[in-house]
Amino acid sequence: MSKSYSMHPLGDAAVLVQLGDGITDAVHQRVVDFTQRVERNPFRGFIECVPSFTTLSIYYDPLTVQKPDDSSSTFDYVCSLLQERFKADEENGKQRSIQEVVDIPVCYGGDYGPDLEIVAEHNGITADEVIRLHSGQDYLVYVIGFAPGFPYIGGVPERIAAPRKQTPRPRIPAGSVGIAGTQTGIYPIETPGGWQIIGRTPLALFRPDRQPPTLLQCGQYIRFRPIDRRNMID
Amino acid sequence: MRLTVLKPGLLVTVQDLGRFGYGKYGVITSGAMDKESHRVANWLVGNPDEAAALEITWSGFSLRMEEDGWIAVTGGDLSPRIEDTPVPMWRPVYVRRDSVLTFQQVRFGCRAYLAVSGGLNVPKVMDSRSTYLRAGIGGWEGRPLHAGDRLSTYPSRLSNRSVDRSTITGAFYAPRWFALPGKIPATGQEVTVRAMPGRQYEDFDEVSRHGFFHQPFRIRPESDRMGYRLKGPDLRLTKAKEYVSEAVALGTIQVPADGQPIILMADRQTLGGYPKIAQIASVDIPLVAQLQPGGTLRFREITLREAERLRDERERELAIVREMIKRKIEGVVP
Repeated sequence: MSKSYSMHPLGDAAVLVQLGDGITDAVHQRVVDFTQRVERNPFRGFIECVPSFTTLSIYYDPLTVQKPDDSSSTFDYVCSLLQERFKADEENGKQRSIQEVVDIPVCYGGDYGPDLEIVAEHNGITADEVIRLHSGQDYLVYVIGFAPGFPYIGGVPERIAAPRKQTPRPRIPAGSVGIAGTQTGIYPIETPGGWQIIGRTPLALFRPDRQPPTLLQCGQYIRFRPIDRRNMID
Repeated sequence: MRLTVLKPGLLVTVQDLGRFGYGKYGVITSGAMDKESHRVANWLVGNPDEAAALEITWSGFSLRMEEDGWIAVTGGDLSPRIEDTPVPMWRPVYVRRDSVLTFQQVRFGCRAYLAVSGGLNVPKVMDSRSTYLRAGIGGWEGRPLHAGDRLSTYPSRLSNRSVDRSTITGAFYAPRWFALPGKIPATGQEVTVRAMPGRQYEDFDEVSRHGFFHQPFRIRPESDRMGYRLKGPDLRLTKAKEYVSEAVALGTIQVPADGQPIILMADRQTLGGYPKIAQIASVDIPLVAQLQPGGTLRFREITLREAERLRDERERELAIVREMIKRKIEGVVP
């Protein structure tokens, strides 16, 4: 794996670090590793890190960053601060530590998953097979985005992949579990959306009064577990 | 001070400077669109930068002051009035109990900021008082203000005693001095916004790159706090390509498949999957925040270094404005 990275301005108050090209577990691990390096050792003026699939963006407050002299570029100076943090070898934290897998109970089909039959039909399998395949493996949460606590999860088996809906629904209830291509995801809040909805979880993915405010975080693994309708009430 | 909303207007929300540190959870920044006007409004009534104030979009909003106290209105000129008397902007104004403040008509810009001495008393959610409309949290019950909402403030740092009430002859009292107003574009005025080439600038064909920096764009009516949708020359990639989603920033200009750019503003999502043709210099964001739908703008190319220098200069100017306001209000506002 290449140890190189490149840094680019994202406006005059953020640096974007490119850590790889494809959406792979290895690149993801680098993103997580680099994020932690900055967060554990923040510089003066650091605001926050936003990791994505192949990049990490670091936001800073240009007024608080203490440049060595007035004539130098704030961006260049922040890049030099980041370089120091990225210098040490990448070995630590590289392997997947033995992590718990977050259990996501899902009630599939019916009112909760109006598109379950569509996904089954599209792939020429039964609804039960869709459920079995969807809940039959661990998934890596690559990124949290789109909505607060919304996990981008790839690696859905091709046999249950399904295209987005032609016309997005104006309202998808919170907790809805959907499929789009080979991605699956969970809607944390009610929003419009075009994914095929196959079920719903009773868990709250976004809980603004808690720390962290989302059930799932970038880098975690999750597994869906089928539950009965009556378990949805509580 | 206590306030009661009489008419909700188009969109009035409680905002501070934004919610930071939660982007990795998919939580957007929110916050005032025109932060410069928001900050000056707070300074004028003795509030810290991060105090919550009202962002009033367009017209139709009115509220009643339930106590005497200091307020300040900055930003776009939406014809603020108390009892038919225009309320001067960009200065502290001492209002009396039962005064009704209205914002009836848009004259310049499109967003006004109303700061009340003490700052609006709403709970912090994830370290911020800004309204996050889509998630329904923060600000006032996570939503725009409605008629009948009753807001209050924290204790004011400015004394009411410094005003001799017998000298208030009209509806309110305002000193003669005022802070230098921000740049608010007049209706119909074409503005020039400085921008740097974005990360995927080179992926656009030559005609598009040239057009972007040399032709005018119109702001489409479906623009909002999330983004300004523009109408202008078609912007095309040299060859179609799928981009991996990555973080965006305030003022990022991205181009969806229809070739018409979107300027990402305060309520932007944390990540975007469209190519970024340019990035607006942060010094010009307040100007963009005051552009009206239907207004026109042009982009002028500058370097990152120039953008940094312009921002540092503007901050030095603002520091002077702040210091002068501080001296004035410490020496008893009148």
